[in-house]
Amino acid sequence: MLLAGPGALWLLAFFLVPILILLGYSFMPRGTYGGVEPGITLEHYRRFLDPLYLGILRRTAWLSLLCTLVCLLLAYPTAYVIARSGRWRNLLLFLAVLPFWTSSLVRTYAMIFLLRDSGLINRILMDLGLIVAPLRLLYTEGAVLAGLVYGALPFMILPIYASLEKLDPALLEAAEVLGARPWTRFVRIVWPLTLPGVAAGSLLVFVPSLGSFVVPDLLGGARQMMIGNLIQNQFGPSRNWPFGSAVAFAVMALVLIAMLAVLRVNRPPAGQGGAA
Amino acid sequence: MPVSVPDLPAVEFRGVTKRYGSTSAVRDLSFAVARGEFFSLLGPSGCGKTTTLRLLAGFEAADEGEIRLFGEVVNHRRPYERDLAMVFQSYALFPHLSVERNVAFGLEQRKRPAREIRDRVRAALDLVRLDPDVYASRQPSELSGGQRQRVALARALVLEPRVLLLDEPLGALDLKLRKEMQVELKALNQQLGVTFIHVTHDQEEALAMSDRIAVMDQSQLAQLGTPAEIYENPRTAFVADFIGEANFLEGTTAGRQAGTAAGASGWLIAGDAGGFLVPEHPAIVEGGRVRIAVRPEWLDLWRPDSLPVGENGLSATVQDLLYLGETIHVRVLLADGRAMLIALRNEGQLLNPLPWSRGDACVVGWRPEDCQVLEG
Repeated sequence: MLLAGPGALWLLAFFLVPILILLGYSFMPRGTYGGVEPGITLEHYRRFLDPLYLGILRRTAWLSLLCTLVCLLLAYPTAYVIARSGRWRNLLLFLAVLPFWTSSLVRTYAMIFLLRDSGLINRILMDLGLIVAPLRLLYTEGAVLAGLVYGALPFMILPIYASLEKLDPALLEAAEVLGARPWTRFVRIVWPLTLPGVAAGSLLVFVPSLGSFVVPDLLGGARQMMIGNLIQNQFGPSRNWPFGSAVAFAVMALVLIAMLAVLRVNRPPAGQGGAA
Repeated sequence: MPVSVPDLPAVEFRGVTKRYGSTSAVRDLSFAVARGEFFSLLGPSGCGKTTTLRLLAGFEAADEGEIRLFGEVVNHRRPYERDLAMVFQSYALFPHLSVERNVAFGLEQRKRPAREIRDRVRAALDLVRLDPDVYASRQPSELSGGQRQRVALARALVLEPRVLLLDEPLGALDLKLRKEMQVELKALNQQLGVTFIHVTHDQEEALAMSDRIAVMDQSQLAQLGTPAEIYENPRTAFVADFIGEANFLEGTTAGRQAGTAAGASGWLIAGDAGGFLVPEHPAIVEGGRVRIAVRPEWLDLWRPDSLPVGENGLSATVQDLLYLGETIHVRVLLADGRAMLIALRNEGQLLNPLPWSRGDACVVGWRPEDCQVLEG
């Protein structure tokens, strides 16, 4: 109990207090020069119901969901190969998390160099004569998705790897000798037993994607705004803190829903004593 | 499925070799197992017994030789095409499935109707003495070690396999439960007529359960025989030492002795600790070295000069006594400094106190026919 003290204090000071302040702001009228005025109002939440903002929220949720799916499709086979690669395992894991060694800002700028009109991809395609004019790659939804996936992929690989690594190989041999062919072994044994890893990875990818603002800002431009950009705008240039707070709480509600969904997956089946 | 000819062996290995890099895990292994036989692969860890079982299951591919099931070569068949069942050392129960679903797994792969699956799962649980009404819906994590072992057995037997592979199935159980399961496994083998191939490093377990035992040592077959043949007639020092306890004696042949009223003919051996007589054996040649083993319970202790006529005897000094209940182990030192172990039957020490104590001069005696002449 005592050991958790410093951590609890830290969270209290830097998470709980600010979030309560934000919650208060979201119900207060906006001051003329930024800040808030005394009083209680629902106008900020009402304003968020504007189709313009709901559209941004919908696109954010959609992009985050898509990002999670793409990450899952890319990460599962990768984690599977790493988990079965014997003595190369540590090297491959190291390579998978290598992008973390540079700042996300640098990595995102590097993607601009790849994707822009005079970027590497367009130049190669033009040199090969496959296209005559540069393709529009940057400032598209695809560019944002690529950036999000790139940044989030290791967060999906690691938990899936961990759950695959824990999987007892004898279970697969048992299934095989009982008559299960490879695909059946995956569907009936491997997938259900690694579901907790998939759920954890999905959460680790989905939640930060919802709040991301650097990637959509740099790779998406003004038209690919995500909810993170909207919030950043309200606290920055627009100086509308109450509205920014209200949007932030709407996003938190989304995160809460995602968490509950994951908890359902990770809950042990009824009647099961310990962890499976 | 082709009809199998009744007299073909259930399992046959012909010159099977399995290599990992430059070392071989199994070398030129040949044996045949009859239908319904309880056959044990016995040996220390790393002797190749587990690899042999995995070759048979199809988890490993043989580099050389043939593996046959009921006469058919199965080298290139996947495990799920071999019509075998297996009980794993760790049981390998699927942790996310209930007992019922675990046992049903193999039948589901064979696309049996739901009704049949339900009935056969219940029958299999009954067979391993787990009440289906109590245990069918439980998760593996809610079971004790012994119950998991029974579920693993039910999951294998429900398929009515022709051959059941058992990989150290009792290793994780406590002694009492292990003895109980030994009896049950043996009974199941006789009741069902299924061929059991059983891997173990526990020699007592192998002796108690098996019809025949293949003792393996350093990737090769050291000896194949019934428990009595293996115990009473070990071919090599390794087998004599690994199965039960053995005293080893060495010497050079010093001439033949014709049969007398007191005993059969044999060879006189000049040992380092004294001479002794061994029975005729094809491995013995004039002037050659001879190595024998004698089981501790076949030895007896005598006062000097009271050795019965016709018995071998070596002078020794009592070193220590160990009271074990059923037997009393006496360790003696021979003239050449070699130790020998004698197991005396306990005839009630409080009523018949042993006449031996540390430091006593004695003679270790045994009948010449109890010498086990070793090869190599």
